Amino acid sequence: MEQAIQFTLNNKPVRIAADGERKLLWVLRYDLGLTGPKCGCGQGYCGACTVLVAGEAVRSCLMSLKDVAGREVVTIEGLARNGRLHPVQEAFMEHDAMQCGYCTPGMILEAVALLRKNPKPSREEILKSMDDNLCRCGAHTRIVAAIESVARSLSGGPTR
Amino acid sequence: MKDEYLELDFRDLPDRKTGQTEGDSPLEQSLEGFSADRREFLKVVGGGILVLVSLGEGELLAQGRRGGGFGRQLPSDWNAFLRIGEDGRVSCFTGKIEMGQGVATSLAQMLADELNVPLENVDMVMGDTDLCPWDMGTFGSMSTRFFGPPLRAAAAEARAVLLQLAAEHLQTPAAELKAENGAISVKEHPEKKVSYAELTKGKRIERRLKEKAVLEEVSEFTIVGKPVLRRDALEKVTGKAQYAADVRLPGMLCAAILRPPAHGATLKSVDTSEAERLPGVRIVKEGDLVAVLHKHPDNAAEALGKVKAEFDRPQSDVDDKTIFDHLLKVAPEGKTVASGGDLKRGAELATGVVEATYLNSYVSHAPIEPHAALAKIEGEKATVWASTQNPFGARDEIARRLEISSTNVRVITPFVGGGFGGKTNNQQAVEAAVLAKAAGKPVQVVWTRAEEFFYDTFRPAAVVKIRSGVDGAGRIVLWDYHVYFAGERGCQQFYDVPNHATVSHGSGWTAGAGTHPFRTGPWRAPSNNTNSFARESQIDLLAAKAGADPVEFRLKNLTDERMIRVLKTAAEKFGWTPKKAPSGRGLGVACGTDSGTCVAWIAEVEVDKTSGVVEVKRVVCAQEMGLVINPEGARIQMEGCITMGLGYALAEEVHFKGGEVRDLHFGSYQIPRFSWLPKIETVLVDAKDSPPQGGGEPAIIGMGAVVANAVFDAAGARLLQLPMTPERIKEAMGKRG
Ligand code: FES
Ligand code: FES
Repeated sequence: MEQAIQFTLNNKPVRIAADGERKLLWVLRYDLGLTGPKCGCGQGYCGACTVLVAGEAVRSCLMSLKDVAGREVVTIEGLARNGRLHPVQEAFMEHDAMQCGYCTPGMILEAVALLRKNPKPSREEILKSMDDNLCRCGAHTRIVAAIESVARSLSGGPTR
Repeated sequence: MKDEYLELDFRDLPDRKTGQTEGDSPLEQSLEGFSADRREFLKVVGGGILVLVSLGEGELLAQGRRGGGFGRQLPSDWNAFLRIGEDGRVSCFTGKIEMGQGVATSLAQMLADELNVPLENVDMVMGDTDLCPWDMGTFGSMSTRFFGPPLRAAAAEARAVLLQLAAEHLQTPAAELKAENGAISVKEHPEKKVSYAELTKGKRIERRLKEKAVLEEVSEFTIVGKPVLRRDALEKVTGKAQYAADVRLPGMLCAAILRPPAHGATLKSVDTSEAERLPGVRIVKEGDLVAVLHKHPDNAAEALGKVKAEFDRPQSDVDDKTIFDHLLKVAPEGKTVASGGDLKRGAELATGVVEATYLNSYVSHAPIEPHAALAKIEGEKATVWASTQNPFGARDEIARRLEISSTNVRVITPFVGGGFGGKTNNQQAVEAAVLAKAAGKPVQVVWTRAEEFFYDTFRPAAVVKIRSGVDGAGRIVLWDYHVYFAGERGCQQFYDVPNHATVSHGSGWTAGAGTHPFRTGPWRAPSNNTNSFARESQIDLLAAKAGADPVEFRLKNLTDERMIRVLKTAAEKFGWTPKKAPSGRGLGVACGTDSGTCVAWIAEVEVDKTSGVVEVKRVVCAQEMGLVINPEGARIQMEGCITMGLGYALAEEVHFKGGEVRDLHFGSYQIPRFSWLPKIETVLVDAKDSPPQGGGEPAIIGMGAVVANAVFDAAGARLLQLPMTPERIKEAMGKRG
């Protein structure tokens, strides 16, 4: 059933008339013209579709559109602010934390949400909270290194 | 469904026309010998300096062989193409694609060095069949090895042309000039200088290169051999990088396609009436291809759920447990790949003989990006954006299916989200083209995860039987090796064994009908994972039989200098201390060779003896791959191989019953995750003076064996089947004695 739904997307208000039961991923990708959130499974297993909703990492392939009404959604396209990359994006570049790059948007947003909650995660904590984000290319080692470097800089230490 | 995942049929290609005769100048400025469409194309690329290169016949033959025998006829025409534009920028046009292996970076590095321009001034145009010269496809660790040399030659030729132009411009002999940073200056008077852009402005110079040009000395390279970051990193971290499913066209529709419940099932009846009633839905029926189209893929999928269909299913009982007996039953006569000495003599010399049978299951490619394509048909012309490892193969398949000429099909390859061999199957691109034609609108086909698992061209299940023996002095004297359906790559042992025979029964993936219940295909380092698992496990059994430390046993039986060097390097890096296995330490070793590269691994594992769960704690990997173009890129590939290899070693296995694939999502088909991550240490063994070898695959081939050998060292249990699931480990521990 079509309904008007409002939310904030990458810092801008959006208003869309759509069936509120549709999953956010498809609305972002096909109604709102974004392609940063990827579909790797559409079933909640891989994390490629991860976006931030009110600062929490969620699987946009599972979240219904109506559930983001009135909330703030951030996709990979909206992570850089005022032309400056987010430190996690920078760290992914510096550490070469990607190969094919298909999992990368989801990985970065998952890491951003983790660091927001826990700015100084241990290696164990990083492995645990990233565990449901899949990468087939095996970029894991460098993704962990990238996240660790941001954690170090957040705690004021050297970043490398 | 017939076996047709690798549509690399060179018979479709125009005949070879070299346009060159003996004694001709190596350079030829005419376009004679190019097919008409190519000539047309050359006119549209614009001004500047163009260099076209044909790969030598030897290189092409080697590519064909290495690729697993799909080099039936050689392609004609030129294979690499380089332009220095009127703005001084360097463009490389190549049919290779970027799927994470970093070629977009390493090829650009090579060009930048050879042409003395900053890396930023090199543009790579990849995988567009209208713009790029024909290419067989991106696989087999071949891009840098085979494509690198002609590309370097093209660059060297372009530099020679620039020097010649500069000599005229600066009124100075070319020998007194030097190229640096996109400009040419007089060595003695650096202020006398002219940029590439000034030299190429308003010019149109074409060169066709057949023979080898004078290449820059490796020691003069300033960019090659230095770690550089990926050129595509910024696009990838900001979400700007486009993959096939990200391309949008006005009016496009998304397809959800009706699929059979099992391979071999045929459609009996279909009722789409309920789906048709949903708003915005269109149904297309093209023979067996029944699809629901909608502007949103989720709505299309929902409507597909309302399509009722009945299928006839073939009777087939083979499953993931009985498959190995089945394979042995249908195996053809073997082909001897290598032999020497006399097996009987070997058996007489042996004081200890070990016989073992190794099994490994079907494994999925499972890239995170599913197969995707968007097709647009305008009149006779089809344009298809596809996630593919072989855009030219996709082009020819689409042309055949639409019954139009290949020249009327353009395949454009955006970034590919992982391939590993699986994206040489271009079924989705053909489906998109057929549906677009029927619908009269652009159509996007993106496979669901279930379709991705169902239609994957799995790594073939295979069996290896080995009988081998050692003498009283701890030397291997007998090696009798039979591989069934894995294929030949990596089957030849490289130890110094006087009496040996290696026989391959059935090829890797072009096995006859009735062999596999579904399609199989090349999977990262095809054949070699299976062969290396068997060989290196068997070597460990022999070491145990001889009462020797597994590293020392290998060194004693090796004469290959490169292999000895990588093994010693790995052992040293790890801090290996010799001990006979099982030592209880959980340490394992393996060696292997692939794509001209030598690799040695040492792993440390912990086995939970009650649950049978293995934790891999540390992996050291030493690799010798000749000249390393981008060391950072090479290490990334090694890390990727090691991580990915943990999957087939420990968990990945396709469950099935007849043609019905049971694992259709990542919940039941487990691939490596962060929590599996060992400490990975990579070492590149320096070999600057030898040509670059493959780096995208070799480091994966030993992962089965190195973990199996470490498990044996930890628990005394010998695992003869991959993957080493907790159940199999517990079972093997029960048998230990
Ligand atoms: S696409 Fe959402 S979890 Fe995989
Ligand atoms: S980089 Fe390819 S899936 Fe992670």
